[in-house]
Amino acid sequence: MTIEYNPDDFKSTEIGPGYKSLLEVSDLSVSFVQYQKGLRQRVLKVISNLDISLGSGEILAVVGSSGSGKSLLAHAILGILPNNAICSGKILYKNELLTPERQKKIRGSEITLVPQSVNFLDPLMRVSAQVRTAVRQGNPEEAQKKIFRRYDLSEGVGNQYPFQLSGGMARRVLISAAVINGSKLIIADEPTPGLHPEIVTETLNHLRELTDEGCGVMLITHDISTALQVADKIAVFYAGTTIEITPAADFHGQGQALRHPYTKALWQSLPQNDFTPIPGFQPLPANFSEGCLFAPRCGKITSECTGSLPVMQDLRSGKVRCHHAT
Amino acid sequence: MQLEAKNIGFRYHQNPWLFRNFSLTLNSGEILGLKGQSGCGKTTLARILAGYEKTLEGRIELGGAPLPKVGYRAVQLVFQHPEKSVNPRWHMRDILQEGWQPDDELLARFGIQQDWLSRWPNELSGGELQRFCVVRALSPETKFLIADEMTAMLDAITQAQIWQAILELAKERDLGILVVSHEKELVKRVCDRVIELDSVHLERNSFIS
Ligand SMILES: Nc1ncnc2c1ncn2[C@@H]1O[C@H](COP(=O)(O)OP(=O)(O)OP(=O)(O)O)[C@@H](O)[C@H]1O
Ligand code: SF4
Ligand SMILES: [Mg+2]
Repeated sequence: MTIEYNPDDFKSTEIGPGYKSLLEVSDLSVSFVQYQKGLRQRVLKVISNLDISLGSGEILAVVGSSGSGKSLLAHAILGILPNNAICSGKILYKNELLTPERQKKIRGSEITLVPQSVNFLDPLMRVSAQVRTAVRQGNPEEAQKKIFRRYDLSEGVGNQYPFQLSGGMARRVLISAAVINGSKLIIADEPTPGLHPEIVTETLNHLRELTDEGCGVMLITHDISTALQVADKIAVFYAGTTIEITPAADFHGQGQALRHPYTKALWQSLPQNDFTPIPGFQPLPANFSEGCLFAPRCGKITSECTGSLPVMQDLRSGKVRCHHAT
Repeated sequence: MQLEAKNIGFRYHQNPWLFRNFSLTLNSGEILGLKGQSGCGKTTLARILAGYEKTLEGRIELGGAPLPKVGYRAVQLVFQHPEKSVNPRWHMRDILQEGWQPDDELLARFGIQQDWLSRWPNELSGGELQRFCVVRALSPETKFLIADEMTAMLDAITQAQIWQAILELAKERDLGILVVSHEKELVKRVCDRVIELDSVHLERNSFIS
């Protein structure tokens, strides 16, 4: 598929000129209805007012700690949130609204997910047969052989069961299965957990190759170092919302180019930097307050910060959600 | 005191040997890094050192004697996935106090909030759960800690919080720690010395720094 360029599309992705808008999420909120004792219900808001955009040819890393809402964002885009979830806001794919019907139609073809672990594969099925079941069009066997050649997977590997694969091969099988239908938007959720650095690099290179062919890749990870190896821009998540969107290049030195106090603290806490953590922890959704959710841990807090959630504002070719961003 | 592996060798069933003739010495107060290729047997080695798996060749010694089979384990293991090492049907308080009774001061050092104690494991994030697993392993009787990719799933701030608290405690108590990690920068930061478990050359292990 070719992508036609329309100058208007550049407006939506300010970071990284030259990218055409592929995915645009604006003001997304996700809540869960929970039934408590008796018939009492409560609505738990887990994602609030989230904005991100991704162009083709671009890798956007979504970085955040456990429970910050990264996977839920992926599930919202794919339309696979559980039934008790309520979603509001707007998701555009190729400038058109991504409705539940459209999600269902293009999930697995246009938009695809690279899952975190081989546990997503059927343990009782040889991997080549399994990858064939993902094929939507044409001859499944040919498609599988072609994609295995591309990812350097031998016939012997194809005859193995998932548990027999080494870490590196498992990553290649998962990517093959995900991209076999020529997807344009690839969402990779923690694709390199606890892997050897060489396998991490190999996996990231595969993602980069896909963007070179015009795909857009959303790389979800808790690990800022992994994200920095390959991403063009980084969306930092905290307590269910984006607090900063920045070109990856702004992570350098003492973090002086970064905009949000949390992003700076994250950078400084890396072992290759200060390794000095700020105290405290991310609040759980049940304890979300009205104001800035980072306020209890922030050294720059003022009375303004606890009143209302700061809105996302443009700052130095990035975006930040903070009343006192620098 | 020393925790020693002397010419140990291990393989699962009739599979190829993961390692043979492997030796290491971990001293009290020392922080030793262990690296090696994916699948080369680091986690297996960690389990052997902590006494969860029996070595097929050679022996493990703690203070010059075989690892005691009963009583509190002086060699404790904390691994990558905290959600797999806690009983999902227990409250956090009971999980924490399974082996010993940590005091409030220690909980505070590891950033454990009092109100987390009355929660279920699935009501906490990975980082919050891992703090419990670490404290649970750090009774005063613990002499050595094996940290197998202990913070690999955690964000940088949580990782630094947990490691800073452990390093401080290690100093106070003269704990020896084996750090199994893929993360070069972390190993460089916290370890005094690094060894490699080399699966290609089964017969040797090389010393790096
Ligand atoms: N079905 C659900 N019902 C209620 N709360 C939920 C549900 N699914 C997720 N949550 C909550 O939503 C928040 C975000 O979850 P999410 O899985 O997106 O986090 P994450 O950033 O992907 O974390 P991790 O890095 O641990 O994978 C968490 O607090 C989680 O407990
Ligand atoms: S809004 Fe206020 S509390 Fe929140 S990060 Fe900015 S300065 Fe800190
Ligand atoms: Mg997740």
